[in-house]
This record gives sequence, structure tokens and C-alpha cells, in this order.
Amino acid sequence: MLRFTVLPRLRWLTHRIVWLSVLMFSALANSAPLKVAFIYVHPAGESGYSYTHDQARKYVEDVFGDKIEVTVVDSVPDGADVERVLMQLARAGHKLIFPTSFGYMNAVQKVARRYPKVIFEHASGYKQARNVGTYFDRIYEGRYLSGVIAGHMSKSKQAGYVAAYPIPEVIRGINAFTLGMRSVIPDATVNVVWVNSWYDPGKEREAADSLIQQGADVLAQHTNSPASIQAAEAAGVYAVGYHSDMSRFGKNAHLTAPMHLWNDFYVKRINQVLDGSWKPESVWAGFSENMTTLAPLNPAIPPKVVAHIESLKEKIKAGAFHPFTGPVLDQQGETRVPAGTVMNDDALSKMDFYVEGVQGKLPR
Amino acid sequence: MHLELRPVPDYKWQYLSPLLATMLTLLSGWLLFAWLTDAPGHALYVFFIAGISDAFGLSEWLLKATPMLLCAYGLAICYRASLWNIGAEGQLLMGALVGSAVALEFLDSESSLAIPSVILAGMTGGALWALLAGLLKFRFNTSEILTTIMLNYIAMNLLQWAVYGPLKDPGGFNFPESALFSEATLLPVLWPDTRLHVGFLFTCVVMPLTWLLLAKSFVGFQIQVAGQDPKAAVMAGYPVKRLGYVVLLISGALAGLAGAVEVIGPLGQLVPTVSPGYGYSAIIIALLGRLHPVGITLAGLLVSLLFMGAELSQIEMGLSSAIASLFQGLLLFFFLACDVLIRYRIRFSPGTVTPQPNH
Repeated sequence: MLRFTVLPRLRWLTHRIVWLSVLMFSALANSAPLKVAFIYVHPAGESGYSYTHDQARKYVEDVFGDKIEVTVVDSVPDGADVERVLMQLARAGHKLIFPTSFGYMNAVQKVARRYPKVIFEHASGYKQARNVGTYFDRIYEGRYLSGVIAGHMSKSKQAGYVAAYPIPEVIRGINAFTLGMRSVIPDATVNVVWVNSWYDPGKEREAADSLIQQGADVLAQHTNSPASIQAAEAAGVYAVGYHSDMSRFGKNAHLTAPMHLWNDFYVKRINQVLDGSWKPESVWAGFSENMTTLAPLNPAIPPKVVAHIESLKEKIKAGAFHPFTGPVLDQQGETRVPAGTVMNDDALSKMDFYVEGVQGKLPR
Repeated sequence: MHLELRPVPDYKWQYLSPLLATMLTLLSGWLLFAWLTDAPGHALYVFFIAGISDAFGLSEWLLKATPMLLCAYGLAICYRASLWNIGAEGQLLMGALVGSAVALEFLDSESSLAIPSVILAGMTGGALWALLAGLLKFRFNTSEILTTIMLNYIAMNLLQWAVYGPLKDPGGFNFPESALFSEATLLPVLWPDTRLHVGFLFTCVVMPLTWLLLAKSFVGFQIQVAGQDPKAAVMAGYPVKRLGYVVLLISGALAGLAGAVEVIGPLGQLVPTVSPGYGYSAIIIALLGRLHPVGITLAGLLVSLLFMGAELSQIEMGLSSAIASLFQGLLLFFFLACDVLIRYRIRFSPGTVTPQPNH
């Protein structure tokens, strides 16, 4: 008798227990937020490269709310330290990490091999892996447009460019700006000063001042601080910012700024990790995917120039125009991109020459 | 309340002062974290203990301390000779640069000579860079404080030139970094599954050697006499100049060793950012450790712990890195400030005190 009554009950009970635990586990799995981490090379501050990532970090925190838990580690220098920070983040249970400096690349590769279940999205690098994706924006599209604006606003036909290091990314920016400016003033020239630092307000200011003294009436920059904008404001000339909207550092001088916009990309990637569809990719997107944009244009820019910029932006977005469309000549007058063709991504990513119109010799 | 010079330095404060400093740091840290977080005790735990509570943490701690300690032992020898070498950073960079240049020659090789060659090259690079400062000082009477600082900048620019030029990875999209070194060139890992490499053993060898040199050898005695009273040293017939060269060469070689160990250790390639200022931290460590090898070791471990605590407090507590550096600053301040008690004592209510008999 006993056997007949107890066994079904027991079975019912085990059934219940199994289901309950399954339910509890799935509830736990859903309620535990995804731990996401960002690593910056500088403090976020109020302008510059790390600042743009931090703005996007705030954005994704608003978008995802309780679904994610975000950690920020800033001031991590390129070099041996980042490997430890990456490992500490992985050990603390972070499942998605955004190391945002180029110099982290090889450390990311090493740590990614060690923690195959953690996903890494490395900004500005070129090495992918099974759990490492890379991303950057086609900021040169914005650079070109800022060059066009500079061409319309310059009277001395001379621009100055404060640049950090002679790597392809920076050289591409200088060339895109120059091509844009010369599309308006065919004989415009651009002088470059290398400050050999991503962030050095003192040196950037000195470089900007000396460029203005040499006759530049528009400045552009590939550095982090707003020192060039401030120098231009003080001297009464124009300047183009970089990374983020720098207009509050010089509202008369600041024409616009090519800006990174990581918001949509970060939301997309976090969603993919949440729903399990993430795959390593090498993303290089610009206006078309809203990853690059221009800061609000200075009211001093005439309406017809604004309209011109808008139409160019739409053309770039639609793929109907590319800033590096031939003929592109280098400083020696040699054709680098033949007429009618467009420079391919491989050549763009290795760029190591100045286009015609840039003054001085490229340091090697 | 005022400070009064002690008739003789009170050496028991040499040991009491770090204790007092530790207590003051913990107290002020507790106040600071109580103001910023609701778990000040946990914050202190994260800062000082969490980071080294397991094998991973311990290995990272020793790894981080290695280059700073190597530089600091050398600097201490210099400072004992009153040669104010501020140039460990530049000597380290030259060690890294010359070491990497040699390491890149072994890209396709499995030779067992690779590692010794890189290390020797690095030490030579660092030593020659320090020798430059020595020549300027002893030939042209230039202050070594200025020349070693200047040489740091020159070394940094040389390194950048090399990474952007001849040592750049041909397959690296023109980015400023060398090719990854071959396995034969990389220092073996000392502790499986960690990054702690055999370079750490150099500190274990250099520390007792420094102590032997300073405390037990005649050269060490001469060095210190030359440092404390150069005239007496000359009178005694000590080769003051030669001693100066010797200490600079030792300290340069050790900094160069640190640089070489860093590139074929955790980095595995030459990058423009070899050192986040190890050579400068080493100055603090040498002085904090009272120029004594044991003290330096403790100080180096402390500074390295602080660096790790700053990272962990961001990861675990979400504290900003500015708070971490503020706390680091507090700690260093207390440690240096408490040393005043070795030579001075605190007197309360001035003027009303009747002279006490000296005991």
C-alpha cells in the first residue's frame, strides 16, 4: 500500500523541486546585471577622448538601468599596468570590457586568451580574436567637413594643425582636413606642429600660438586639451576642436569639432552580449552609422556654407562621396589616388604621407 | 606648540615614525572614506589587503615592485655618496631601448643566449647613460641634478624616435611599437599562471648585494665618507672621482636592468610608454626607505601596493582615481613628515617650560 501512495507523491515532489530550481536559476540569471567595464587612459575630465567614452558610458547606464552594472577605471597608462587591470576586471566578474586606448592592444590579446568567456571591445586597435572585437569611427569624414568650413572662413589661406604623434590615424586627419580646405581654396596650406603628447596643455598652447604668429587664421588639432581653442580665442582667429564640443572654451573661435559618438555602438554591443548574439567584428563607421558627427556650427559661418556642409554630410552618409576621392596627390606631386577612384580602407589605415598642401616634412 | 631641535637625533623614532605615520594614514584614510562611502573599513581593506589576498594579487604586487626596486637600490647607493641622480627614469628607458634593439635581433632565434644578451645590453645602456652625467659632472663641473633630469628627456625622445623609426614593427600599420619579441627572448614565468617572471629574482640578489656593498665593504665605506664629507675623503686619499663614477655606473646599470626586464617581462615588446614613471617613483622609494636596502624593499612594496589599491578601489568601490591619488599623497606626506621627529621634538606651551635635565 505504502509503495503505491508514496511513490507518486515522491515523483510529484521531485518534479516540483526540479522545476522550482530551474525557475529560480533562470530568475537569478535574469536578475543578475551584466557587468560592463570601461578603461580610460586619462581621467574623463571635461573634454577630450576619454571624456567622449565617458559620455557614452553615462548614456548606456541610462538606457539599460538595472540590466547592467558599470565599472570605470581611468588613468591607466599604456604599458604593463593595463594587463593587471584587465585581469582584475575579469576576475571581478565583468563580462564585457571596453579598453579604449590603442596602447592596450597586446595586453587585451593576452588577457582575452586567458579569459575566453569575457568579451572585449577594443577601441582603435587592429587585432581581433574569438572574444575580441575592435571599433573606431571614421573621424576623417568630420575632419574633411571641418576643412571645408576652414576653407570658407580663412582669409590668409593658411591653417595650423596641432598634432600629437605621427601615426596613421593622425596623418589621415591632417590630410582629410587639408583636402577639405583645398576643395574651397585650391592653394591653401596647412602647417603642422607635433607636440609628441596626447595631452599637454602647455605645449599645445605654445604650438597654437606659434602657428597663429606664422599667419594661420584657422587652427585644427589632434590633441585632447582645449588649449588651441583658447589660443585662437585670445588671438581672434578661428579654431576647430576635436573629440567633443569644445565651444565653451572659446565661443567666437570655435567653428565646430569632429566628434566621436559612441552611444549607438555601445548600446548595440551591450544588447548583443545580453541576448547572446555578440560576435567579434572590426567596426569602422562614420556618419552613416552615427559614430562620427560635427559639433554645432558657429553662428558666424554663413548659411550657404552651412547648407553646403549639410549636403556634403548627406552625400558621405549615403556613400555618394568619399573625402579621399582621386586625384589625391602627395607633397611630391605624385598621384596616390588616381582620378575617379576612392582610397581603400587598407591604404587609409596605413597612411604615411602628407597630401599636397601640407607644409614641412613628415617625421619618421 | 613648537618644534625643538633635539640635542642628538633620537634613533628610536626611526622605527616609531613609520608606525606613527601608518596610524595617521589609517585614521585620515578612515575619515576620508567615511565621508565618501558608507563603508570606510571596507575601503581601507580594498586599498591595502584585498589586492594581495591571493596568489594572483601577490604575484602582481611583486611584479609591479620589481622595476621600481631595482632603480631604487641603485639610487640609494648614489644618494649615500651625495650624488643626486634624478635620472633613473632615463637610464631605465635607455636600458629598455638598447635591450629591445638586441631582443629584436633574436626574433627568429631560439638561442639560449638571447635573454643574457638582452639583459647585458640593457645594463650597459643604462650605465652608459649614467656615465654621461658623470662625465659632465667630473669633467665640466655640471650639476648632476640638472644633467640627469635633462638626460631623462633626451632618453624619452630617443626612445620615441626609435619606436617611430628603426625599431618600428614593419607589420604594425605604422603604429609606434616594435614587433613582439620571440619566446626565446621572454623571461620565463616564475610562478605558473601569473605574470611574475624571473626578473623578480634580480631584486632578491641586488638587495643583499647593495647591503653588503654599503654596510660591509671598504668601497661602501669610502662611498659614504665621500658623500658625507668630501674633503675628509680627499684627505684620506680616497679616489673620490672614481667612486663617483662607480656609483653612477652601478645605479645606471640597475636602472637599465629594470628597463630590460620590463620589456622582455610583462611587455614583450618595445612601446613608447615603457615606464609610467618608475624612475621617479624610485626616488620616493629610496628616500622613504632611508637609503637602506631593507627599508627600500619595504617602501617599494608599499608604493606598489598603493598603485594596486588605487586601481582596485575604482573597480570594487567605484571611487574616482583622484581620491586614490589623494590618499596616496596623504600617506607619503605622513611618512616623510613623521621623520621630523627623529631630529626634532614637539614642545607644548612655549616659554612656560622649565628646562628639563637631559637624560
